[in-house]
Amino acid sequence: MRLLKFLMVGILFGIVMTKSEAVSWFRIQEMFRFQAFHMYGIIGVAVVTGAVMHFMMKKGQFKNNNGEVIRFADKPKTYIASIIGGTSFGLGWALTGACPGPLYTLLGHGYWIVLVVIGSALLGAMVYGGLRSRLPH
Amino acid sequence: MNIIEFLSQPWHWSISGLMISFVMFLLIYLGQRFGVSSSYDALCTMGGAGKFIDYFNVDWKKRDWLLVFGLGAIIGGGIGISFFGSPLPVQVSEATVTDLQNLGVMVPTTIEEGRGFIPHDIMNFEALASLQGILLMVVGGFFIGFGTRYAGGCTSGHAITGLSNLQLPSLVAVIGFFIGGLISTFVLLPMILG
Repeated sequence: MRLLKFLMVGILFGIVMTKSEAVSWFRIQEMFRFQAFHMYGIIGVAVVTGAVMHFMMKKGQFKNNNGEVIRFADKPKTYIASIIGGTSFGLGWALTGACPGPLYTLLGHGYWIVLVVIGSALLGAMVYGGLRSRLPH
Repeated sequence: MNIIEFLSQPWHWSISGLMISFVMFLLIYLGQRFGVSSSYDALCTMGGAGKFIDYFNVDWKKRDWLLVFGLGAIIGGGIGISFFGSPLPVQVSEATVTDLQNLGVMVPTTIEEGRGFIPHDIMNFEALASLQGILLMVVGGFFIGFGTRYAGGCTSGHAITGLSNLQLPSLVAVIGFFIGGLISTFVLLPMILG
């Protein structure tokens, strides 16, 4: 039952990724070439409405589905990791035209070639895990 | 126009943005957070990477919800095109079409040529036999996995959750996303496709 709820939210997310066209390699190219507002509009609206939501949830002491007061953890202040890791992800995002969420959704569209990208991403995650203690954070 | 026809149009960016925010809200309400790239860690752990690498030696069952969410994202993709599929491929701007054609990439104009989700002429199994295909798909994918885990998040975790929670490390990561994205778009892609 618990997992069924997450499955439903995931399905909603997959539909949103499809209909927003955020899954499109061409949309990502358009974004990085600053040739349309589309992707900036999507991310911008999500961030602004999300900021209002975070603000209200912090003020209101709301409880989640499990009856616990909702709290938000701060991201670790590892700025070197943020900039180097972020740049690495950006390189891959523009080459493959997909970020991690859309990669799953594209599989659902029947583009099996995306399995190669996901497999390579898992290899990348594994290499990070292996080198973690030796990388600057 | 019935509801299916209405939903089958490409959604306006404001609707899409609101819906992504709603997904983030639902995950927070269910006691979790919105961050898809953490699922790579969970998949590595499930696959047994914890035997060799301490980083993955954790209980993946704590992230079982995220794997189920990922499964949902796959199913949602299938539903998205089966029931609400757009009649036309993705319509990017004229300037983008021109730029991509100059790079030799086919931009679909009819749904028979493609939905405009992936560039079929450069991303396919035959292309894996070429350096171009390896760089685009294998090296590109590697950068996604390595980078998102190093930075501790991707578009969902940093650009949307992190920025909307006013996290400075997330802003730095998003600046990184653009540094990398611009290098790939304006330096690497022309070299790879040239």
